[in-house]
Amino acid sequence: MKSLTTTSAEMSASREEAQKSVKKVRRRSLNTVLIFWSFVGPLILGLIVFFYIPIIWSFVLSFAHARATITPAGWVGLANYRAMLNDHEFIKSLVTFTIFAAFIVPTTLACALGLALLVNSIKLAQGFFRSVFFLPTACSYVLASIVWKMSIFNGSAYGLANNVRYHLFGLDPIAWISSPNPPWYWLVLVTVRLWLQLGIYMIIFIAGLQEIPRELYEAALVDGARRGWQTFRNITFPLLRNASIAVLLLNVIAAFQAFDEFFNIMSGGNQILARPPLVYLYNIALSDQNYGYGSAGAIILTIIIVIFTLIQGRFLGFGRSD
Amino acid sequence: MATLVSRSTRSGRAPGPSAGTIMSGVLRYALLIILGLLFLLPFYLIVRNGLAAEREITSPNWTFFPSTLHFENIQELLNDPEVPFIDGMINSTVIALLQTLGQILISALAGYGLARIPYRWANQVFFAILVTLMIPSAVIFVPTYVIVSYLGWVSTLQGLIVPGVFSGFTTFLFRQFFLGFPRDLEDAGRVDGLGYWGVFWRVVVPNSYGIIAALSVITFIASWNAFLWPLVVGQDASAWTVQVVLSNFLNAQVLNLHELFVGATIGILPLVIIFFILQRYIVEGYKQSGIKG
Repeated sequence: MKSLTTTSAEMSASREEAQKSVKKVRRRSLNTVLIFWSFVGPLILGLIVFFYIPIIWSFVLSFAHARATITPAGWVGLANYRAMLNDHEFIKSLVTFTIFAAFIVPTTLACALGLALLVNSIKLAQGFFRSVFFLPTACSYVLASIVWKMSIFNGSAYGLANNVRYHLFGLDPIAWISSPNPPWYWLVLVTVRLWLQLGIYMIIFIAGLQEIPRELYEAALVDGARRGWQTFRNITFPLLRNASIAVLLLNVIAAFQAFDEFFNIMSGGNQILARPPLVYLYNIALSDQNYGYGSAGAIILTIIIVIFTLIQGRFLGFGRSD
Repeated sequence: MATLVSRSTRSGRAPGPSAGTIMSGVLRYALLIILGLLFLLPFYLIVRNGLAAEREITSPNWTFFPSTLHFENIQELLNDPEVPFIDGMINSTVIALLQTLGQILISALAGYGLARIPYRWANQVFFAILVTLMIPSAVIFVPTYVIVSYLGWVSTLQGLIVPGVFSGFTTFLFRQFFLGFPRDLEDAGRVDGLGYWGVFWRVVVPNSYGIIAALSVITFIASWNAFLWPLVVGQDASAWTVQVVLSNFLNAQVLNLHELFVGATIGILPLVIIFFILQRYIVEGYKQSGIKG
């Protein structure tokens, strides 16, 4: 009702005031915009140049003929994709990844959990042992490959494993890396990764273990549960579910990107025995300089990992508010 | 009833650990010591072979301790014209330091902006960052290489460093941390007349050294140990990192094992030192992030 009685002078005055405040808000929000971009701008600029543009560029290149050049030299439609999906070596590299994951994921999960339980169960020198198992995380895959290939699993008689076999059991040396049958190279590749990454996963499990309330164990013991297997099966393991899933997924994604140890241990003629996708892609793109074909491979791998991530997101309830 | 029974049997037990507990304790330590020695063995082998004479590495009668230590192996490696080892160490140091500094600075800024500055499109911007988390940089090394060679950065330090300083993942971790940062502290700063920049540098950063140290040290380790990207971009020997130098040495036709291993010893030394000084932060960093990918 008040608005009806307001005079025109009052109205114009209030309009002026409103305009002023709008201007103020606008200026403030313009300020906010500038400040926001001064904080976030560098990252976004970098992600555009080194993430989004490369993927789009590669996507375009994957439909083109581009050998020894990074600009399209004639369009070929889906030919690169068709060739890649019919490429025996590419399919074989995906099989190699699958075999590798089938070896490394369960062993990492079991060994990391075992180590975490063992280290967590002692009181004296717990920190010391944790450091010992964690120390390999400071080592690179290249250095570990050197030790595994040239020292521990060296195929000659002087390799450490062969030496031990000979001196303890009188057995002949084994060509650990180059023998296709039996495929001992998997032992080499799996143990090197285990040694390098167990420490990290052990830490994740120990953190999970320490979050389990002590009262649960006390209550279980009071209810007549026996220490050991029973409490592990009914309390520890179910409550480590999240940590286990995290370790599992991180492991699969890391195995998908396996490159360093395969490149360095399975080099030369041994490469055909076990060549994971990224090593094959490296050969196509960098050795053959076939960027159109290499781009198609990169896009296919990207699609695979995105699908995997989305499924895992579903699985973990990603995006659900908790 | 069951409760009562078990309680009474428990209280009926003699005080102090039983023989069974002591046994299992001894077994546990025995197992830990054996596993611990196995885990340390590769480190010992690097140093042992690095300081042994060549014939003591390749002898079929291998001994655990070499008869004499040959520190002159170090001189031999550094003077070897075929192996650009010193250049590799310098490149690795420069790359790891600048990449860590750049990545932490850019990620902390962006993480704070996303956590605190009320911008209309902040959610959309955040989503564009989350998308990058789905695709590990290793999987798109061919696309990134295409751009870097377009820029003419192949075999240059900027080509090795710059693509690695933009990390959606580190930004995400900083954002999560800053969301939980006590607002009262920031408000106190604002009352004193500080803007967003002032609050960030004078209030937030000085109170976030823990997470900054944790993420810095794991970024440094990942950068020092990186192999795929330095291999792809560092095509001239002058741009090789120490990992690429050692990998080339490993795959060379003529092998000189004592030199290779003494190189490996020196190549891991900086990280072992960092490990012992900053272990607390490394553990914290990995707890926060799982694994750097």
